[in-house]
Amino acid sequence: MIEFRDVSKRYPDGTVAVESFSFVVPSHETVVFVGSSGSGKTTLLRMVNRMVDPTSGTVLIDDQDVQQVDKVQLRRSIGYVLQGVGLLPHRTILDNVATVPMLRGVSRAHARKDALGLLDRVGLDRALATRYPSQLSGGQQQRVGVARALAADPNILLMDEPFGAVDPIVRAELQVELRRLQSELGKTTVFVTHDVDEAFKIGDRVVILSAGGRIEQADTPERIVAHPANDFVADFIGARSARRTLRVQDVDGREVVVDGDGRPVGMLAT
Amino acid sequence: MTLVQGALDWLGDPANWRGLSGIQQRLVEHLAITGAVILVAALIALPLGILVGHTRRGRGTVVALTSGVRSIPTLGLLTILALNLGIGLTAPVLALIVLAIPPLLAGAYAGIESVSVDAVDASRGIGMTEWQLVRAVEVPLALPVIVGGLRSATLQVVATATLAAYVADAGLGRFLFSGLKQRQYSEMLGGAILVATLALVLETALALMQRVLTTVPPDTGRP
Ligand SMILES: Nc1ncnc2c1ncn2[C@@H]1O[C@H](COP(=O)(O)OP(=O)(O)O)[C@@H](O)[C@H]1O
Ligand SMILES: [Mg+2]
Repeated sequence: MIEFRDVSKRYPDGTVAVESFSFVVPSHETVVFVGSSGSGKTTLLRMVNRMVDPTSGTVLIDDQDVQQVDKVQLRRSIGYVLQGVGLLPHRTILDNVATVPMLRGVSRAHARKDALGLLDRVGLDRALATRYPSQLSGGQQQRVGVARALAADPNILLMDEPFGAVDPIVRAELQVELRRLQSELGKTTVFVTHDVDEAFKIGDRVVILSAGGRIEQADTPERIVAHPANDFVADFIGARSARRTLRVQDVDGREVVVDGDGRPVGMLAT
Repeated sequence: MTLVQGALDWLGDPANWRGLSGIQQRLVEHLAITGAVILVAALIALPLGILVGHTRRGRGTVVALTSGVRSIPTLGLLTILALNLGIGLTAPVLALIVLAIPPLLAGAYAGIESVSVDAVDASRGIGMTEWQLVRAVEVPLALPVIVGGLRSATLQVVATATLAAYVADAGLGRFLFSGLKQRQYSEMLGGAILVATLALVLETALALMQRVLTTVPPDTGRP
């Protein structure tokens, strides 16, 4: 369980990234923070592994204040996937994945062996193990980033717009696989994105943020769609847009679901 | 043409290579001075440059300081130092260290600053200590640029080390100074050819090293 207790962040240049934020991420759930760029998502996420220290308030993991934990130990115990991936360009894929276990004192041979298993887990061909990051596609690099985050078998996974830089088809693929991984592993996950559809696909719960890390609504995706809390949320999720206003149309006796423009989306299941 | 022929004859005469003031001895002295100067300058400049690059602090001060130092003419500095420290190797070695520090320093901080911000941020985020970041990420990735600084420092020092002979009985500069004094122009030109050749050899060796150390692999195969 991760608890944000009335946290705020003012950067040295005076920017207030987060005004006052409180939220509990339950264990084994995936919570998505979604909001437009600059709404404070990254700042909030980085408070969990102390890459950012809050100006006021506390972040607790299983009731322990993270300020009381050594930064380096804390970070080694939390999986972190970054938008820029940030693989080490001078190390092989296998060694990149093995980095955290090795920092934690696992022998190189053992860490590499486990890393091979992780490549399977994230759907990467073992043949890529000896390649270097620059020889992989963006989507493959992101998979390596996920494998690296899982390598030390952390209880918590932080993901900051991990699929932001890959093309839509690969992105959809990665989203599906992340859900599969989540159902297998059940990590407590905070996932950050600016894409509502991605948030709805991935989150057990979704937190919709506006500027300054303000919570506009926090609920399950289906309840957010059913009952947008206010106009901001309704606009943000595009509640009134053609793609969200579906209806059923009878086509030669079959029930076809069409969007607001009358374009077919699918069939009603029988 | 006769001058060049004279220089080649001088270089080709085995008698000129032997003895305490022979070419061999001077070559060794020249290399020893260069090596010692680069070593001491690197011990000062590299840690400082890496610190500045890693912390991103004090860059302005360092740039101002090094460009100030760069504008000092080495011969002038050498003269002043020799007037205070007397004849001998101390003054030229100090002057050469001052000459070598700026390129080494610039190579170090520019190298560290050139390392991918994402790689550094991610490495910190997954739990590397600051020291591990420097040792395992920043320095290895900055190495080609650091060696670039070493290369230009070495080139400057090996050429300028001829000035050591101005106040000390050492180095290939002896042939230039004594040749000039005794109007032995073939000896003088021969000495100059030796310095230029030495500089070229060192330059080639370091360029090669720089290429080997470029740790980011090419798009195919292992480096
Ligand atoms: N290190 C920093 N220094 C100053 N301002 C920052 C820093 N990091 C982020 N900000 C500012 O804080 C606000 C929130 O940033 P961020 O948490 O990155 O938002 P998001 O991830 O939602 O785009 C933005 O206005 C951003 O410019
Ligand atoms: Mg962000």
